[in-house]
Amino acid sequence: MKVMVFVKGDPTYEAGAMPKAEDLEEMGRFNEELVKAGVMLAGEGLHPTSKSKRVRFAGNKRTVIDGPFTETKELVAGYWLWEVKSIDEAVEWLKRAPFREGDVDIRPVFAPEDFGAEYTAKVRAQEERIKAGIAAKHPTH
Amino acid sequence: MSDAHRAITAVYRIESPRLVAGLVRFVGDVGRAEELAQDALVAALEKWPESGVPDRPGAWLMATAKHRAIDQLRRDKRLDRKREQLGHEAEIRSRMAGADADAAIDEDMGDDLLRLLFVACHPVVPPEGRVALTLRLLGGLTTAEIARAFLVPEPTIAQRIVRAKRTLADAGVPFEVPRGEDRTVRLSSVLEVIYLVFNEGYAATSGDDWLRPELCDDALRLGRVLAELAPTEPEVHGLVALMEIQASRSHARVGPTGEPVLLLDQDRARWDWILVRRGLAALERALALNQPHGPYVVQAAIAACHARARRAEDTDWHAIVALYDELARIAPSPIVDLNRAVAVGMASGPAAGLALTDPLLSEPALAGYHLLPSVRGDLLAKLDRLDEARAELLRAAALAGNTREKELLLARARGLS
Repeated sequence: MKVMVFVKGDPTYEAGAMPKAEDLEEMGRFNEELVKAGVMLAGEGLHPTSKSKRVRFAGNKRTVIDGPFTETKELVAGYWLWEVKSIDEAVEWLKRAPFREGDVDIRPVFAPEDFGAEYTAKVRAQEERIKAGIAAKHPTH
Repeated sequence: MSDAHRAITAVYRIESPRLVAGLVRFVGDVGRAEELAQDALVAALEKWPESGVPDRPGAWLMATAKHRAIDQLRRDKRLDRKREQLGHEAEIRSRMAGADADAAIDEDMGDDLLRLLFVACHPVVPPEGRVALTLRLLGGLTTAEIARAFLVPEPTIAQRIVRAKRTLADAGVPFEVPRGEDRTVRLSSVLEVIYLVFNEGYAATSGDDWLRPELCDDALRLGRVLAELAPTEPEVHGLVALMEIQASRSHARVGPTGEPVLLLDQDRARWDWILVRRGLAALERALALNQPHGPYVVQAAIAACHARARRAEDTDWHAIVALYDELARIAPSPIVDLNRAVAVGMASGPAAGLALTDPLLSEPALAGYHLLPSVRGDLLAKLDRLDEARAELLRAAALAGNTREKELLLARARGLS
């Protein structure tokens, strides 16, 4: 299963402080361990919200808001995408990450089968299209 | 399962490949190493629910397993007093000192993992034994999980693993990474095992489900681990690229009732583009090594041609034909010829493709292979030879081992009218 791991920013990060070299090094080692174990699919750090934009939706209206955003608690500062056998495995990996404070969330990624009825209807329509054109089809690698 | 139990199981899954690999170096035997690792797991299940998971669970498990190994050796010696006690003990001590030198441990661990992978995939063991042993030792799967994945009874898998271990011990297979010419042969056995696991997940040859994604994930993970352990082997990156690109399509190639959706019919928006990018990057890594192309690299290049086409009709079939020509040169097989015929059928028209399948009809290796009549059925249908096409598709359906695939072939035969 895939999980997305969200690292939250703190006020220092929001203020634009760059991580210290030794922290980066420590994180680099952790990332390397994840790659060696075949767990890490992707991962990146994000700029603070002062460099970000927000688009707010209200009916047909779209309002663009410039950063920094005021509610700093839940702002994402970085993410990983991991392939793990179970969420328990993700928890054990995350426990090994070199963080000293704050919350980091593990969120399972939807697989198509998790979408249920709506997904099924869409694919069923596609399937009808496929069946309609069946004579022209053939398998390949 | 309690929370503590689940946490311990997860830790063990993370640690067990390195643990077993380190223990094989220590005790010199795969079977004993795994028993010791299991003993350490049992000890963890007793201790950790109360003490909590230690800071370095891998080191804890390793130390526990080694102490048990030493206890056993001492006990054996008490039973066999004729043995040279001192010499034996000194040997154990020196081995322990070597293995415990903490600074060196990480690098050695990588080497040990690679050695273990080469041993588990050793050609003295029959392929199904290699697969079971590799999933068990390197994939961290339980016997029950392997049995479930392959739809065979648990005792069957247990027996394959026991036999494989015994074969390795009897043959005295050394715990080392092979060099020279032997390395090429042994590496191709490792790649074959990983791809076998992947394919069993990707196009299940038996059973009701067309796709068993967990096996694909297991194989991909093994491949990704191997790519870090052996980064200078182009075929390793080729295999990883091939698996990443094929896996990127897994959601798109199964319909709502579990039936297969063929490549050219797939909604490409539903491909996993992260996996596509990873696959193309792995192919780049392989090509950057500037060595003659092996079969996995060429197959990955073919998969990449499909992956780069945003729409099925954008596919560069001439490039694919050229790659199949190359594949037929370096790894000739009737199946490659069949796939090449499909590509030629797309590049130069169905008549040209069909002509290439004619000589394959007398090919004994393809006698019971459902894709030969399936391909011919499609090419005949495109040539408007509908009765012949229907007959071929029905023949294909009769030969297909997978229920979903059989249904699809029957539906296609019915669709011709």
